[in-house]
Amino acid sequence: MSVTILYFARLRETLGLAQEKIELPAHAASVAGLLDHLRARGEEWHTALAPTQSYRVAVNQDMADITTPVQDGDEVAIFPPVTGG
Amino acid sequence: MSVRVQEADFDLSTEIKAFRAGRPEIGAVAAFVGLVRDVNVGSAVSGLTLEHYPAMTQKALEGIVAQATQRWEIFDALVIHRVGHLQPMDQIVLVAVASAHRSEAFQACEFIMDYLKTQAPFWKQEQTPGGARWVDAKASDDVAATRWEKPF
Repeated sequence: MSVTILYFARLRETLGLAQEKIELPAHAASVAGLLDHLRARGEEWHTALAPTQSYRVAVNQDMADITTPVQDGDEVAIFPPVTGG
Repeated sequence: MSVRVQEADFDLSTEIKAFRAGRPEIGAVAAFVGLVRDVNVGSAVSGLTLEHYPAMTQKALEGIVAQATQRWEIFDALVIHRVGHLQPMDQIVLVAVASAHRSEAFQACEFIMDYLKTQAPFWKQEQTPGGARWVDAKASDDVAATRWEKPF
């Protein structure tokens, strides 16, 4: 399945990427599965997206958690804790 | 309910005047204005850049205002949040809430700000003498938002 991923703020700079479209295997159809898939890309990704790191995930513009399903065509955003206001 | 995300500045008097125009049932308007400070975490700040997630920002803010509307007896709420480059003393955010009496307006205004701080997808990058740095989220903001989960 095809998923669009957006990265924001410090995470975008760390990973050197603002947006990408990836093919996600069917067995990885959740936020947890997607994060595992991305961590497998190498040390930099493994470190930036380690469970001990502080970051948030949104699926289709709603805050999500690791159990949130990810489906074909979804927009997933990964970003640091927010600092507006 | 009105939510605006914009680069342009806003005028408090103009906004409040328009917000309550033709609404004689309004007895109270509580308004909060957030400003850029020239210092943060022990360092001088010469400016900041506010980044956001455009597709989500409006939706998140409307969701927060909807929660406040369900929770308190308020007539209306207005949120304006600026993005882009800002300088010390610039206005960043306006939250205004209208109700019949002050208590609901004060509480809903504070609730909206607390949730905006922890849930709306904005990020600040500060310009300091040591270079640009991303602002870290504060644990105290999470605590402030959590207090609304308790019954009162």
